[in-house]
Amino acid sequence: MTTVTTYSLAARIIHWAMALLLISLLFAGLAMVQSLEPWHLTLLSLHKSFGVLALVLAVIRLVLRIVQQQPDLPASVPHWQQRIAQLSHFFLYAAMFAMPLSGYLMQSAAGRPVSVFGLFTLPNITSVNMELYGFLREMHGLIAWGLILLVLVHMGAALHHGLIKRDGVLESMTGQPSPEADKPKD
Amino acid sequence: MAVGGLALLFYSIANGFGQRGVTAQQFVDFQEGGNPHLGFRRAHAKGFCLAGEFVANGDLTAYSSATLFQPGSTQFVGRISVGGGNPTAPDLAAGVRSLALSIGDRPSVRWQTAMNTPPVMPVRNAHDFYAQMNAFRPDPETGRPNPERIAAFLEAHPETQAAREWQASYTATESYATETYNSINAFYLVKDGRRQAVRWAAVPHAESHGRGFEGDRDDANALQNEFMARLENAPVVFDLVFTLATAADNENDPTVRWPADRQQVVAGQIVIHSASDQSEGLCNGINFDPLVLPRGMAPTQDEILSARSSVYAESYRRRAREHFYQQAPSQPSANEQEKE
Repeated sequence: MTTVTTYSLAARIIHWAMALLLISLLFAGLAMVQSLEPWHLTLLSLHKSFGVLALVLAVIRLVLRIVQQQPDLPASVPHWQQRIAQLSHFFLYAAMFAMPLSGYLMQSAAGRPVSVFGLFTLPNITSVNMELYGFLREMHGLIAWGLILLVLVHMGAALHHGLIKRDGVLESMTGQPSPEADKPKD
Repeated sequence: MAVGGLALLFYSIANGFGQRGVTAQQFVDFQEGGNPHLGFRRAHAKGFCLAGEFVANGDLTAYSSATLFQPGSTQFVGRISVGGGNPTAPDLAAGVRSLALSIGDRPSVRWQTAMNTPPVMPVRNAHDFYAQMNAFRPDPETGRPNPERIAAFLEAHPETQAAREWQASYTATESYATETYNSINAFYLVKDGRRQAVRWAAVPHAESHGRGFEGDRDDANALQNEFMARLENAPVVFDLVFTLATAADNENDPTVRWPADRQQVVAGQIVIHSASDQSEGLCNGINFDPLVLPRGMAPTQDEILSARSSVYAESYRRRAREHFYQQAPSQPSANEQEKE
């Protein structure tokens, strides 16, 4: 098996699309729960619709992650950093599932419909239960802040690799060949 | 830099950056007045649960494709309440009485409405409503509302006129069963791409004797007890009457009453079969958000309507959290009453 230095095109497309989508969803969520303006209703229904889309994308992404070979971090990255990278990726994936699932479940516990772009409505999978809603609503908020933290750490680490260490890690996701990483190895 | 900037942006948005004026959190904070009744609704805290059915006659199907308007019966969970944040407030002291309904069990066909005794709002948006609450707040020095502040507010807000005229003409009846409850805000009925702006009201079958409540006026639950006693004899019934706007009416303005000659359609009857304490009934878990609408109905751009939805959601979040952490008493205690 040959080793790969970049993620597959499919993995890169889904990564950047989800990056844009998740950051938009986080901002939308933070803003819409405060607003009293009519636009918050539009934002709320978009948040729900795109949240369902994010769950579908997360499933596809997890499948890609399992079936495709992943580029390894360069050997120059210390072992402890590799462990932290693995852990942060695990939590990013966990949050990608926990966010939409807690959102869907909390709507269900509140007896609220989740309509997907006006095309269809997801079934309610729990009975109306205020305690359950209370738990899930707080989880949805806490996981959102956890995800924000993870995204910031992830971006910080990626930029550190791309701008300071220049070791090809950032390029494995942008797809541009890194001059140094492409150097023929002796 | 980029990461720090994004972190700062997340932090600012979460703290109200970009929001025009008052937020849902500030609104509910005001309603709590620094002394929340844990686990209870922040507005209309005092109330009880209803169960019954909406019996449609089919007359509204000309305007709306919603299945619950087709001839037949749909079960509802409802709630009768009075205004204010105190869950043990005396029924007879409240200025506003409410009837809220959640009709239909599946979310795609459910219709929720929260109707009140006033037919109009005093103001057009949440920011003015917040200003009004502040103007009418008791002065910390005297313990009474400041008449100068109130006068200044009313002068700056002539749109309060219709609400004030209604207030002056209104006399509370002897029973929750003899009040008329109004949607206040307008909505659209939708069918085949056509939409018709409407308001609606629950109009009682039982007639008021016009003398007001004649029982024990010291009983904090006077009207709740009267209603439950009434239900033991027969169901309490309301007509659900829709008023159709014309091109002359602005459906986005909740401060103006529509003229009395507007066409009205009776959609059917609201038949209340039973009532129970809110700690036992199904209604306690429901946020009666007026924007839960079935297909065949749609919201207008009325700013009060969207604000109600946000503020109810924040109130629901807070009391759900208190229920989850088990901070909510199962019954309001005597101390709760003394705090007021």
